[in-house]
Amino acid sequence: MLTGFLILFPLIASLILFLVKGDGAKKMAFAFSLVEFGISLLAYVWFRANPAMDTLSLNCTWVESLGIKFAVGFDGISMLLVLLTTFLVPLIILSSFQTTYDKPNTFYGLVLLMQSALVGVFVANDGFLFYVFWELALIPIYFICLLWGGENRAKITFKFFVYTLFGSLFMLIGLIFLYNHTGLDTGIKSWAINDLYAAGRSLTEAQQTFVFWTIFVAFAIKMPIFPLHTWQPDTYVTAPTQGTMLLSGIMLKMGTFGVIKWLLPVVPLALEKWGGVAIGFAVVGIIYASCIAIVQKDYKRLIAYSSIAHVGLIAAGILSANQQGVQGAVIQMLSHGINVVGLFLIADILMRHTGTRDITKLGGIRSMNGQFGVLFLIILLGSVALPLTNGFVGEFLLINGVFQFNAWMGAFAALTIILGAVYMLRSYQAIMLGEKKSNEVTFGALADTDKAVLIIVCIAVIAFGVYPKPLNDLAEPAVKALLMNLK
Amino acid sequence: MKGLFIISGLGILAMLAEIFKFKRALYPIVLIGILAAYVANFMEFNNNMSIEQFNNMIRFDNVALAFSGVIIITAFFWFILANDYFNSETSLADHFSLVLFAITGGLMLTAFSNMTTLFLGIEILSIPLYVLAASKKNDVRSNEAGFKYLIMGSMASAFLLFGIALIYGATGTFDIMLMRSKIAGGNMPMFFYAGVIMMLVAMCFKVSAAPFHFWAPDVYQGSPTVITALMSTIVKTAAFAAFMRLFLIGFGGISETWGMALSVVIALSLVISNITAAAQTSVKRMLAYSSISHAAFMLMAILAVNAKFSVPSILYYTLAYSIGSISSFTVLYHISKNGDESFEAFNGLAKRNPMVALGMLIAMLSLAGIPVTAGFFAKYFVFTTLIASSYKWLLILAVLTSCVGVYYYFKVIIAMYFKKPHTEEPVAFESSHAMLLAITTAITIILGLLPDLIVKML
Repeated sequence: MLTGFLILFPLIASLILFLVKGDGAKKMAFAFSLVEFGISLLAYVWFRANPAMDTLSLNCTWVESLGIKFAVGFDGISMLLVLLTTFLVPLIILSSFQTTYDKPNTFYGLVLLMQSALVGVFVANDGFLFYVFWELALIPIYFICLLWGGENRAKITFKFFVYTLFGSLFMLIGLIFLYNHTGLDTGIKSWAINDLYAAGRSLTEAQQTFVFWTIFVAFAIKMPIFPLHTWQPDTYVTAPTQGTMLLSGIMLKMGTFGVIKWLLPVVPLALEKWGGVAIGFAVVGIIYASCIAIVQKDYKRLIAYSSIAHVGLIAAGILSANQQGVQGAVIQMLSHGINVVGLFLIADILMRHTGTRDITKLGGIRSMNGQFGVLFLIILLGSVALPLTNGFVGEFLLINGVFQFNAWMGAFAALTIILGAVYMLRSYQAIMLGEKKSNEVTFGALADTDKAVLIIVCIAVIAFGVYPKPLNDLAEPAVKALLMNLK
Repeated sequence: MKGLFIISGLGILAMLAEIFKFKRALYPIVLIGILAAYVANFMEFNNNMSIEQFNNMIRFDNVALAFSGVIIITAFFWFILANDYFNSETSLADHFSLVLFAITGGLMLTAFSNMTTLFLGIEILSIPLYVLAASKKNDVRSNEAGFKYLIMGSMASAFLLFGIALIYGATGTFDIMLMRSKIAGGNMPMFFYAGVIMMLVAMCFKVSAAPFHFWAPDVYQGSPTVITALMSTIVKTAAFAAFMRLFLIGFGGISETWGMALSVVIALSLVISNITAAAQTSVKRMLAYSSISHAAFMLMAILAVNAKFSVPSILYYTLAYSIGSISSFTVLYHISKNGDESFEAFNGLAKRNPMVALGMLIAMLSLAGIPVTAGFFAKYFVFTTLIASSYKWLLILAVLTSCVGVYYYFKVIIAMYFKKPHTEEPVAFESSHAMLLAITTAITIILGLLPDLIVKML
């Protein structure tokens, strides 16, 4: 029940916001998202107390003639991602307090609508439901980017929309193919996740290959993985900061989560055959994106490319399909989500305070605002995976996992740590250290809300770096259970 | 069957209205009559009495009744949309009767069980439409539309008739059931297959599938907007009901002979319609091309020849498409009152009238096939039907072209929500049309949430 409520609450909240006129949409949205976070914490406590408890899940018929059910529930992985979503959305809303959007009620309504769909994606236990939420998540973010984005937004957001829709239609075909192979002995077709797993494993290798690639395209576009990433940098740069945060912090995880839950257990034979190729693409993407990030001047674009590199490593870890790889991926998904929101906020703060994100035009900000310098540095170190930060835990496991799969792949994937340090530290040096570049640039004190968000992110970076046990406790059994399916 | 009687009776009544001078009362009478026809039609559903009529010339089984229901309910919505059309024209009663006779022909097409009835139905449907297409008497384009439609339609009818003659020569019967059993016996002469292909060509003309679609964009654009709405909803539904009945029942046993030809037709329709639609500047013309693409989707369900799923998926598709079209034509009708049918006319609609923009948004999402609208399930059913057949390559093509489809539907959305309007003045929307838009939008969402309502009927 509670799971259904987690989906329903932001939906209702967004409808309320659409209807409300006047000011206060910002604060209302923030309050709603805090309540949602509270509910998800409650769900977490219950889940930890008794993971098999049925009161959390919901399973009722939706379209009877097609075997479609409204089935939602938690496992360890989806619990983590739901917590990530409900944790990040209040931060994202809080980070928008210094920006004034016109038609704020529509804007925040769309953000909450998006949250509802995202939670739905993570908790769906029915293939069809998963697809519907997957598509639903696309609509609000499209409008957020279209209506409040920057220059040239109509063209860029449209490219993004068509790209992802293209992928998801292929996924639909793959899923329908699986669905058509369910219930061959009983004659009753079903979209339930376990039936789809069983159907997938009953396929021949050639059929599994078909399913693998049709579904993988959708996830690869969403993440994005090289060479399907071309929509991403433009979209991230053009979208309003909060849109970018939603895209990179949470929406990107839909793709990686999809591979873990909806691809790995379905097509073990195809994975054995084609997993290496897919990892190859991911690793090429890591190096390619890192190299481009090194020469970027626009700080937001730099983070966008770094995001491709990070997600490439996550994907490689998942596709290597061993305990370390997948568990590392789950933890890194969380860390990346938190860190990237912090980084995009920093890009936004730079823009607001100095009017530019061009790192060659910035410099010496640390001497003007030391506090900002420290917060920036902590988040940045989390992002380059320094030991004792949250990035390290996941990245270490990931590289370990890829290395077990293939030593060469592991070696190349590990380059991400070196290259990541290069572009991240270089950008920090250019922005924060050195001489002040121009006299107009003054950098005053941070606004309270910005400071609050950055501090919360920093606490998360350090806390999960020093004590990652709660994350591991949740991820480990879930990943184990999942990998059992593969054997 | 009673629905057919009531609608044709209304048509005759409309002709008498001019003589007995109750023209003003005609509009409410027609609306009530159509509702009565719907109720009568609904009562016959699942009621196995008197299915066959007139020596088995016509057969109102459940499939026929379901499609008749779609046609009648769409007709009701259409009459609400078209109230201005009947008020402003001078020859009022004629238009009523022409439309009602066209609907009568449509109802015959859903239920024919004999090829003579098929031919009669098509003619009764088409001839009023030739006149209606040209009903803007002083407009060159409207006259052109009527003329083109007449020439092309007659040619298709000729093909149909020739096909029927050849098939009659081979099987010795007009009855599609008897024909089916004769075909199952095997050993058909060569000219029989020629007849089947000729009928396929004729039906493709009628549903405007490529490469027999050339008339459609000009006719759609030239005709008055409400008549275009009529063509793309009621006429489409009727033509598909007929197509399905003929090829699934009559020629279902020899699907391999016409399947290949039909798959080429579908592939061409998908590619040509979507790419051409993307290049249009007029919304009306874009909708015309997009209707070709929707036709291709419905043809895919026929191509699958799936005993269990083909019919429900076509039924659902026709309903979803008709409702979406009614919504979009209602909005287009108001936007283009000053004659501007381009995408620019939609600029800033979200500011000028947010509720109307929302209705149009949902209609566009539905036509593009985004969940949770009716249009999504329509496409979904077609995919599930086709994936079990041997034409999987068409699915890939359908996915690719659907993405192109999103482009032109979203052009409207972008114009509404993103572009600056020329004027700030709100778009006037009379209350009956606002109501209609609200109802069709609600139906689009409800069908998207609960597709079982329709699919479980059959």
